[in-house]
Amino acid sequence: MRDSFVYLDHAATTPMLPEAIEAMTAQMARIGNASSLHTSGRVGRRVVEESRETIAQALGARPSEVLFTSGGTESDNLAIKGTFWARRDADPRRVRLLVSTVEHHAVLDCVEFLEAHEGAKVTWLEVDHVGRVHPETVRAAIKADPDSVALVSVMWANNEVGTVQPIAEIAAVAHEFGIPVHSDAVQAAGQVEVDFARSGVDLLSISGHKVGGPQGVGALLARRDATLVPLTHGGGQERQVRSGTLDVPAIRGFAVALRHATANRAGEAERLVALRDRLIRGAQEAGFGVGVTGDWEPGDGIRRLPGNAHLLVPGCDGDSLLYLLDAAGVECSTGSACQAGVPQPSHVLLAMGMPEQQARGALRLTLGHTSTGADVDAFLAALPAAVERAQRAQVATRTQNTSNQKTR
Amino acid sequence: MRVVAAMSGGVDSAVAAARMLQAGHEVVGVHLALSQNAATLRESARGCCTIEDAGDARRVADMLGIPFYVWDMAARFQTDVVEDFIAEYSAGRTPNPCLRCNEKIKFAALLHKALALGFDAVATGHYAQIVESTSGARELHRAVDMNKDQSYVLGVLDEDQLARSFFPLGDTAKPQVREEAAARGFYVAAKPDSHDICFIPDGDTRMWLTERLGEQPGNIVDVDGTTVGEHAGAYAFTVGQRRGLHLGQPAAGGEPRYVVQVQPSTNTVVVGTAELLGVDAITGDHARWCGPAPEGVVSVGAQVRAHGEEVPATAWADGTQVEVRLERRIRGVSPGQSVVLYDGTRVVGSATIAKAAANKPPAAG
Repeated sequence: MRDSFVYLDHAATTPMLPEAIEAMTAQMARIGNASSLHTSGRVGRRVVEESRETIAQALGARPSEVLFTSGGTESDNLAIKGTFWARRDADPRRVRLLVSTVEHHAVLDCVEFLEAHEGAKVTWLEVDHVGRVHPETVRAAIKADPDSVALVSVMWANNEVGTVQPIAEIAAVAHEFGIPVHSDAVQAAGQVEVDFARSGVDLLSISGHKVGGPQGVGALLARRDATLVPLTHGGGQERQVRSGTLDVPAIRGFAVALRHATANRAGEAERLVALRDRLIRGAQEAGFGVGVTGDWEPGDGIRRLPGNAHLLVPGCDGDSLLYLLDAAGVECSTGSACQAGVPQPSHVLLAMGMPEQQARGALRLTLGHTSTGADVDAFLAALPAAVERAQRAQVATRTQNTSNQKTR
Repeated sequence: MRVVAAMSGGVDSAVAAARMLQAGHEVVGVHLALSQNAATLRESARGCCTIEDAGDARRVADMLGIPFYVWDMAARFQTDVVEDFIAEYSAGRTPNPCLRCNEKIKFAALLHKALALGFDAVATGHYAQIVESTSGARELHRAVDMNKDQSYVLGVLDEDQLARSFFPLGDTAKPQVREEAAARGFYVAAKPDSHDICFIPDGDTRMWLTERLGEQPGNIVDVDGTTVGEHAGAYAFTVGQRRGLHLGQPAAGGEPRYVVQVQPSTNTVVVGTAELLGVDAITGDHARWCGPAPEGVVSVGAQVRAHGEEVPATAWADGTQVEVRLERRIRGVSPGQSVVLYDGTRVVGSATIAKAAANKPPAAG
């Protein structure tokens, strides 16, 4: 029955590539702690180091710059907290964090933690109406007091609306002032070209399960001159900043997936852009006044993630649409974070200047390596009935609201 | 039928959902998020809608193999239930928020959203029965388990709402429901029942109201107008209340004194002896009928509290107003409470008590 489902939520997680499953399961059958000194240990260590080289090569980094973590969230935490503490230790004036308003919660909550408990001062970098941070915004924020800046953090591509940021330009601006830059590239890796060295960023977060690898593994790329205070202490693995026994099978699956994703990236991006454009156009032509957020230009897969379609459906609550599409066998997302299963109005859309009511009608459809034209057709076929019902549900709720005036 | 099973995360709604599924309906579990800042973990038998409760409901839905969603009704709940509760107390009345929630949220906001999304009905774990009469009308009746009977808090449902509601537990005693939950492998089988008002987690209504309405010091007076004490806010007192008065001087006859009236306009609490609490004439407004409105004077049983006793009475309706004359006096009837009228086990309807007094039953007319 699951096979008949149309999966359009690849930004949440994308199915593992068969090559990755094969590599990972084969490794699971082998013994060996990569830190052990005997033969089995050396075999395990070899797999880790080959994987490190594979990932470095796929992303334009040096192997020594790849630190394995448990995923994107841990990479973001290590990059931000680790750099904040290290930079502040070196110079107590450095307490300021320059962070975009459209970051993932793994960055936002990390920064807010440092603000609440560690005396960090946050300068929020505003975005334009497509969700993009302008390098001049970064420059102005730094120039207000350059010596106080600990770190600049701007994501490579946004997880909700798919806007790709001018990371290299932002990094160049920060480097004029000698300030390190972190970028959360969890959504970007494997989707758009990510070259660590050429981008100039000092720290870059990536995740295994967004590129066709397993969940529970990721990496932080950290330049060799990036100093990080460790968050976990113990055996001293990963340049002494990320202690803990390495998950050899997961690391192997991750590396194989990333190699595969980057090798096929250009052709795959072109294919996804075509599917995405067809999906967006079809939704617009369905006649409900469906809008598209962010930076969309048909054919473009550089300024917007190739597989990202983020729609606004007027007069609907995203969670009603989500339910109705789910019931019709189409799995997607409202794109925003949930609290206990309740979608909250997206901070990204609000930061882009969208009114809250409009933001509630957001629907995110993200395509990936298993997506086909049939998936897009199935979504477009299910959409009209779902929109009609969801609009009725919102009207019903509204009518209730007005008829609910106190009778006493 | 396509049915939304409202799932709180407790044992009753879990078994109710399971029974709807077993009866052959297409069931989707829905947990209502009613708190705007839900706590992570349940801390006591009180409170509700913690993230843990949502998780418990989700696990049951998983085991049943039904889809599960959380619907955010926190804003509606705040307006229609919590703010109404505060407004009622500040007007010197004692509301029952569970009735309000059933009337405005569970069988209104939730039901209407469900209907608009293509469902046919809502099922809950309330202990009450729906019985189809010979004419095919759906009547609301007391549960078989009188210890758990919740027909009182459902007395606000009208015919349309009842036509779209299922209470699958009404024919079963609570211990059997727990046994059934255990047999089905639900780990919520032994979860404690929830008590009191869900949005006041520590159960201290007076403190909760004081935090929202502020201290409003005023006098406590005897029925003859003599000031006998002070209070920090008349809103926090309920007719029939004895504890928490902290009166300096004892009553002349040495008898215990109770709150007999709350006067919000003068911020005064009036106290008197127990005999002043006895009432037999109730005027209710905001009448809601679970079937056709009664015509003329009818013999009913009247109940004024969730688990209070039923007293024989006569009642007649005039629009949204209801007059109830009890066959004997009862104590502790406060404006704002609901009086629910029964005909045997059938719920006739309900009204919000506007006035309660000791009276000779006047001639009907």
